[in-house]
Amino acid sequence: MSSLVVENLSIEFGGVHAVDEVSFAVEPGETFAIIGPNGAGKSTIFNLISRIYEPTNGSMHYGERDLLDVPAHKVIDLGIARTFQNIDLFEQATVLQNLLVGRHRRMSRNLFRDFLFIAGARAREREHRRKVEDIIDLMEIAHYRDQKIADLPYGARKNVELARALCSEPSLLLLDEPASGLNQEETDDVSFWLDDIKHDLGVTIVMVEHDMGLVGRVADRVMAINDGKLLAIGTPDEVRNDPAVQQAYLGTAA
Amino acid sequence: MLPIEDVVRLGFIGVSQGCAYGLIALGFVLIYKATEVVNFAHGEFMMFGGFAVLTFSEGFGLGFWPGLIVACLAMGTAGYLVDSLIMRRIIGQSQASIFILTVAFGFILRSAAGMIWGWSPLSLDTPFDGETTLAGVTLGTDRLAIIATTAVLCTALYMFFGRSRTGIAMQASSQNQLAAYYMGIPVRRLVSLVWAIAAIIATVAGAVMAPVTQLETNVGFIGIKALAGAIVGGFGSIPGTLLGCMLIGVIEPFADYFFPAIKGVSAYIVMLVVLFIRPEGLIVQTYRKKV
Amino acid sequence: MQTVFKTSYDQDINLLTKTGEYIRVSIVILMMLAAPLFVDVYYLGELGLLLVYVIAGIGLMILTGFTGQVSFGHAAFLGIGAYSHSILMTAGLPFPVSVVLTVALTGIIGMLLGRSASKMHGFYLAVATLAFLIIIETIIGEWTDMTGGYAGYAVPELEMFGFYFAEVWHQYYLYLGFALFVIWGAANLLRSPTGRSFLAVRDSELSARSLGINVEWIKIQSFGISAAITGLAGVLLAHYLAYLSPETFGVLESLKLLLMIVVGGLGSIAGAIFGAIFVSLLPVAISILRDFLPGVVGEQAGLEPMLFGLIIVIFVIFEPEGINGRWKKLLHFFETFPYYRKSSFVRQKSYLKTERMR
Repeated sequence: MSSLVVENLSIEFGGVHAVDEVSFAVEPGETFAIIGPNGAGKSTIFNLISRIYEPTNGSMHYGERDLLDVPAHKVIDLGIARTFQNIDLFEQATVLQNLLVGRHRRMSRNLFRDFLFIAGARAREREHRRKVEDIIDLMEIAHYRDQKIADLPYGARKNVELARALCSEPSLLLLDEPASGLNQEETDDVSFWLDDIKHDLGVTIVMVEHDMGLVGRVADRVMAINDGKLLAIGTPDEVRNDPAVQQAYLGTAA
Repeated sequence: MLPIEDVVRLGFIGVSQGCAYGLIALGFVLIYKATEVVNFAHGEFMMFGGFAVLTFSEGFGLGFWPGLIVACLAMGTAGYLVDSLIMRRIIGQSQASIFILTVAFGFILRSAAGMIWGWSPLSLDTPFDGETTLAGVTLGTDRLAIIATTAVLCTALYMFFGRSRTGIAMQASSQNQLAAYYMGIPVRRLVSLVWAIAAIIATVAGAVMAPVTQLETNVGFIGIKALAGAIVGGFGSIPGTLLGCMLIGVIEPFADYFFPAIKGVSAYIVMLVVLFIRPEGLIVQTYRKKV
Repeated sequence: MQTVFKTSYDQDINLLTKTGEYIRVSIVILMMLAAPLFVDVYYLGELGLLLVYVIAGIGLMILTGFTGQVSFGHAAFLGIGAYSHSILMTAGLPFPVSVVLTVALTGIIGMLLGRSASKMHGFYLAVATLAFLIIIETIIGEWTDMTGGYAGYAVPELEMFGFYFAEVWHQYYLYLGFALFVIWGAANLLRSPTGRSFLAVRDSELSARSLGINVEWIKIQSFGISAAITGLAGVLLAHYLAYLSPETFGVLESLKLLLMIVVGGLGSIAGAIFGAIFVSLLPVAISILRDFLPGVVGEQAGLEPMLFGLIIVIFVIFEPEGINGRWKKLLHFFETFPYYRKSSFVRQKSYLKTERMR
């Protein structure tokens, strides 16, 4: 198991310091939440870890590997999977196809072999299908299996996106607002799943979340940021009672 | 080596041709900025506009200038309707569908023009016949008119987008449609208006190009070259577009002179070379996607 | 909808699942096999041309329908395929060798174009492919020593191991064999990791990348296989035409291919087939229509492109899923008769997906 170590991470967009000298470490097996007001730079940190943005400064390591040496499409090979704030699924494909793309990292792919469907293609498809089916059971999305994403309601899409990330059998999961837009009941479901994912699958979770109730229930540690700068790291209670955090949330009390 | 007079002559033709491409490309860029649609039929709008000027100014005997104005109004209305009746309904469809749809407009306009005005070239009487001598060099008035028109229209558009309320609202909605909508800007009407403006520019372009190219159903293919110029320049910005079109316009006559075998293809070669080196065009406009 | 009870994963892996599908596909294949018995020579030739367009349509569908990359220049691959095959055959190479070399050549050129196109998106790509086509057309026209230029090029007779495909039905079966092979291959792609990667790149490059898909490489591969299949169609088209000239492979031909897959239904193999049938039947329908229209309208030269244009506009506005979408609705209507409700196929509201901030 590897830990995620981020040091002095910074990125600038046209003079704005979206993330400014942020350092933190996530231990294997823990659930780590990043909180902060809108525009604090939470999602930007995710986008830096998944190598969509190039940092202007700082370093990121996952276990032995220096993330800066890894191109965006290889990040998942280290075992880092993610979801997106605005749900980014393959809209015109079915749920099953989406999940099978989630298996991509584990699948060998060859244009000619696939065109002719030879050399054990069927056996491979079956095997990956079995793995996908386990995740479908876990996330309880069996009845959506053959539907197009475009025809799914919002809550189901969120589940499918989480399922897709799980299909890659990650060791570290980056969840960008897993409960946003969900009602209380659905949020409760999410918290159970996060528990299952952590305990049964042994996945380390880093999540960006606004719902402090959820964060309090599932997170082992919390990091609060504002204006790209780190405010506090600690247990949910410590962070909640931190004066700098309270000020950032409530505004500067005169 | 080319004698100096020929260089000047080819250069002048190049500049005026570049201006013509720029004038057409303006329409592409305006519509693209407003809606992210590339109207592949824009060249055909220009062709149709030219014919419309002919009909109003000579067919109805209004004379060139009144005919031009009436034609602009008619084409502007047509542009407005194209957006409000058709383009608005297909928002969100796949790019391939939208491209092929605008290409289809081109087909329809070309056939319609052929049916109405016939398939052989016609000429339009403009006030820009003859030649003008400037600083000892004799230049075609028609080509000077193209340069002047481009300069005037660009200034006018610049003023419109920078100063007028409508223009500023248009800019705002092209940068963030949703925000503009919440601010109470009638985004949909403005988008249709942009189509109308693009159609009017196309009509003017068609009229000033008429002495050079004649009125003919296939003239619309110039649109593709203008598009190539706009891409060379970077598409996102109007100065970039004009620069790219100018580059292509100036290179073209020289390339045709030295390599007659590939006549007419130089614009595309330049574009592919530029895209190969700088996929975003010469002047890069950066946007960042929020994820 | 007819519910399929699934008892095995193979039901999703197999190409055909429902009984109805088996029956329909078998009937179509049997009819195609039996066609030479009851179709007269002229129409059999036209049917062969239809098969060529099916192949070309699937070639473009893989790139545009599956991978989401719009190409305005696919007629160039048709042209490269037709010319290089004819030139190789004239040089004395046997048919199978020439076909393999030609397909490989178009595939490689496709990959090179894809390599330069993989960084572009949207209409840049469309215009770049269009420019590529115009340049290729000019090269074919000007390279007189090799291609015969605008005077044209006579295609050698279709001959394999001493057997001459002299009769129309000989050629027809050859075309049918290739078409079935390509359809089967494309269907295989869709049920395997490569095809899913194509769909992933089409729907979201960002997600695809985060799941480990090398987006640039997938685009290059998609261009390659698409160009290779279109090149194969070019080979067969050469034998159908028997005489090549550069104008055959111009912008209009490219647009015809694109029209085919849009009207047929983007994103499905059936769409490419329906589209090919559509563009093959349209000229016939138009010539019949001409007889009924009053002389003034009927004799107009622009009638055909005008109708082409109008049909596209109507399809894009009213049936974005093309003929294939219509067909599915029709099937659904019969399968669930009399319970069909219009609401089963209500379209989701679509929104503009901005590409500005990519």
